[in-house]
Amino acid sequence: MTSTPLLKVEKAGIRFGGLKAVSDVNLELNKGELVGLIGPNGAGKTTFFNLLTGVYVPTEGSISLEGEKLNGQAPYKITKKGISRTFQNIRLFGELSVLDNVKVAYHSLSKHSILSSIFRLPSHFSGEREMHEKAIEFLKIFKLETVMNEKAKNLPYGQQRRLEIARALAAGPKLLLLDEPAAGMNPQETAELMELIALIRERFQLTILLIEHDMSLVMGICERIYVLDHGQLIAEGTPEEIRNNPKVIEAYLGEEVS
Amino acid sequence: MEQLIQQIVNGISLGSIYALIALGYTMVYGIVKLINFAHGDVFMVGAFIGFYSISYFHLGIFPALIISMAACAVFGMLIERIAYKPLRNATRIAALITAIGVSLFIEYGTIYLRGAQPQAYPNVVPLHDLKIFGVVISGQSIMILAVSIILMVLLQFIVHRTKIGKAMRAVSHDMDAAKLMGINVNNTISATFAIGSALAGAAGVIFGMYYTTIDPLMGIIPGLKAFVAAVLGGIGIIPGAMVGGLLLGVIESFVSAAGFSLWRDGVAFVVLILILLLRPAGLFGKNVKEKV
Amino acid sequence: MNGMKHTKGFWLSIVLAVVIGIVIQFLINGEILDSFYTNTLYLIGINIILAVSLHLIIGITGQFSIGHAGFLAVGAYTSAIITMKLGMPFPVAIIVAGIVAAIAGLIIGIPTLRLRGDYLAIATLGFGEIMRIIFLNMNYVGGASGMSVTHMVTWPWVISCVIITIVVITNFTNSRHGRACIAIRENEIAADAMGINTTFYKVVAFVIGAFFAGVAGALYAHNFYIIQPTNFGFLKSFDILILVVLGGLGSMSGAVIAAILLTIISTYLSNYPEVRMVIYSLVLIVMMLFRPQGLMGTKEITAFFKVGKTAKGGVQNDKHTVA
Repeated sequence: MTSTPLLKVEKAGIRFGGLKAVSDVNLELNKGELVGLIGPNGAGKTTFFNLLTGVYVPTEGSISLEGEKLNGQAPYKITKKGISRTFQNIRLFGELSVLDNVKVAYHSLSKHSILSSIFRLPSHFSGEREMHEKAIEFLKIFKLETVMNEKAKNLPYGQQRRLEIARALAAGPKLLLLDEPAAGMNPQETAELMELIALIRERFQLTILLIEHDMSLVMGICERIYVLDHGQLIAEGTPEEIRNNPKVIEAYLGEEVS
Repeated sequence: MEQLIQQIVNGISLGSIYALIALGYTMVYGIVKLINFAHGDVFMVGAFIGFYSISYFHLGIFPALIISMAACAVFGMLIERIAYKPLRNATRIAALITAIGVSLFIEYGTIYLRGAQPQAYPNVVPLHDLKIFGVVISGQSIMILAVSIILMVLLQFIVHRTKIGKAMRAVSHDMDAAKLMGINVNNTISATFAIGSALAGAAGVIFGMYYTTIDPLMGIIPGLKAFVAAVLGGIGIIPGAMVGGLLLGVIESFVSAAGFSLWRDGVAFVVLILILLLRPAGLFGKNVKEKV
Repeated sequence: MNGMKHTKGFWLSIVLAVVIGIVIQFLINGEILDSFYTNTLYLIGINIILAVSLHLIIGITGQFSIGHAGFLAVGAYTSAIITMKLGMPFPVAIIVAGIVAAIAGLIIGIPTLRLRGDYLAIATLGFGEIMRIIFLNMNYVGGASGMSVTHMVTWPWVISCVIITIVVITNFTNSRHGRACIAIRENEIAADAMGINTTFYKVVAFVIGAFFAGVAGALYAHNFYIIQPTNFGFLKSFDILILVVLGGLGSMSGAVIAAILLTIISTYLSNYPEVRMVIYSLVLIVMMLFRPQGLMGTKEITAFFKVGKTAKGGVQNDKHTVA
């Protein structure tokens, strides 16, 4: 489990014009870990996810997955290499059914060609059938199979959040990035979500990096936590260490005061 | 050498017309993020109003110009209120399709009312041709330049020195924030359409004088080219539209002079595609990326 | 959209189309349909192909292209060169017209499809115009005065091309590839993050759309005796756009219905072209103001047959947005 880390981020950062949004971030994730990334609003957490997934290209440093450099690769290629994500501001395919949302994510694991689909060759049918079965499997895990024919945009908020995770999972990641998965959920939904995250981690042997505002969720399930403030890492450690770290307390207090 | 200067003079005359139209495109895009396809048709309507003022009411060129600008200003505001305002929160495609619809409606409505035949424009320019070092600058060219420069200076004054100009800049920067600051967004947008349309109306009248014929579909090509000029300068940026217009005019007259006049209309689109691919924000623009 | 059921309904409608096609052929042979009606039928067929091909680009993939007449022109001129200048048979002309238009789509699509929204629209419009101007300047194809083409279009060609177009585009849409395209329409950033090569699929949709526009061009050229660059200006592009918008962005049956309706209306108004355009433009404006989702929204006509059975499967009335 030790040796090479799954994800290695070295001195990564990005500047927009003169503004350093994220800088000098060093982070390592070992296979199977569940790690939290916290920080006050505007600390650069989502920007950091965007760096990992290729939405932004880092202007400094390097990011590598299982020793392979990811800098500058297109987002869809990074997804294929094994990093997938959810979005803080839900980005489902609203007009597609719940089932099709998951199928889209399973797309890159499927092989049948455009021509086989146009001419309805056997490989099309077997490929589509496999996608269908896989997608339903994912939906069942997230208890969404009863609404699989609904349009995604018609789902209630909590189910949309779950579908975001189901979809990210269907892309077959080694590393799953969850961007505030519990945002807007009530305590009971949050508790269920925590269980679900633990379950999929076990079942798919995932490594998970989680951005969260809800401290109870982060402290409850994460083994390690990184703290980001003003685009820089200010602390790293177990939940217990983070709770007592004066820098972290200051960063969060500072937010509340201002 | 004389030939070269002559082409530059021609290009600047043509380019000033593009610039005047482009200003309307760019102001409207800057404020409501809509490509107002009907803008070229406001230009056409302006040309016809100028024509009727001169031929039927025997007005001079300046009263005709002012009437045309005023009428186009009202027309532009009406278009915005009737067709675009209800769609302000609709999808971009819906707004764009509506703009195309309004454009077709004005064009074919005009044909329905008066027929498609072209109209000879009366020559009422009170200026004589000017000859400097062998370069002929026609009275029309001088007229175009004078009118364009005056209007552009006036526009700069309105945008930077008046209250409505300040409101326009505020709304184009951030509509919601402007609303919170107590700016009447609807009136500001109307004013933008009015000013842009008035400029197009003026461009229509001087276009008529320069090219001597006008017709109901005359707005399409200059409208599209003016849009190219606006994109070239960086859409939403007022000085960009002026520079873009002049640049496009000069490029076109050089292409014509080089013996490729049939390709002239194509050049604008080649310029458009090159600028979109190489520098989509335009010469004066900044790149903006969607927030994730 | 239950896979198997959908497929069944689809093949049923194809069989129906073939039967109608054969019946119409008998009516033509028996001279029950005169040349006016026959010609209207050809026009309907050509417009269906154009509408369905643009539907794939705009309605499914969400790429707002308003230069479709450019591909129509490429197909028309290519096919005319093949039959008139090279003396090859009409079927060859149809296929080559499609291929050349598809290549044009590839060449144009790769650079322009990086652009979004308004910029893409205006770039495609520009390319459409450039193609027209290129033909205007080619003496080989007659320049501005155009090129005369023998009338070779017959009903079997038209109906076969229509059916093939619909089958290919439906099969494409109802597969992982089509879903990828819809995902791009719905949310490009999320599609990218789910491992979809968005540029690739945008170009694929564009190329397939261009191919069938080229096929339509071959039929168009061999139905009109003469083709001129002015036939392929952006007004023609807008004509095709109207079909897709009126039918409902995202609904293929909507595009087909709109193509049939508007072709009939414009045939009857062909003596009053300006009235036709005034009506068209008003339809566009009123449609966007009061029913921006078009006649059918994103629904297909088959959805109406299963209203009773499935309470859930997309029967709700929804506004369609293309972001």
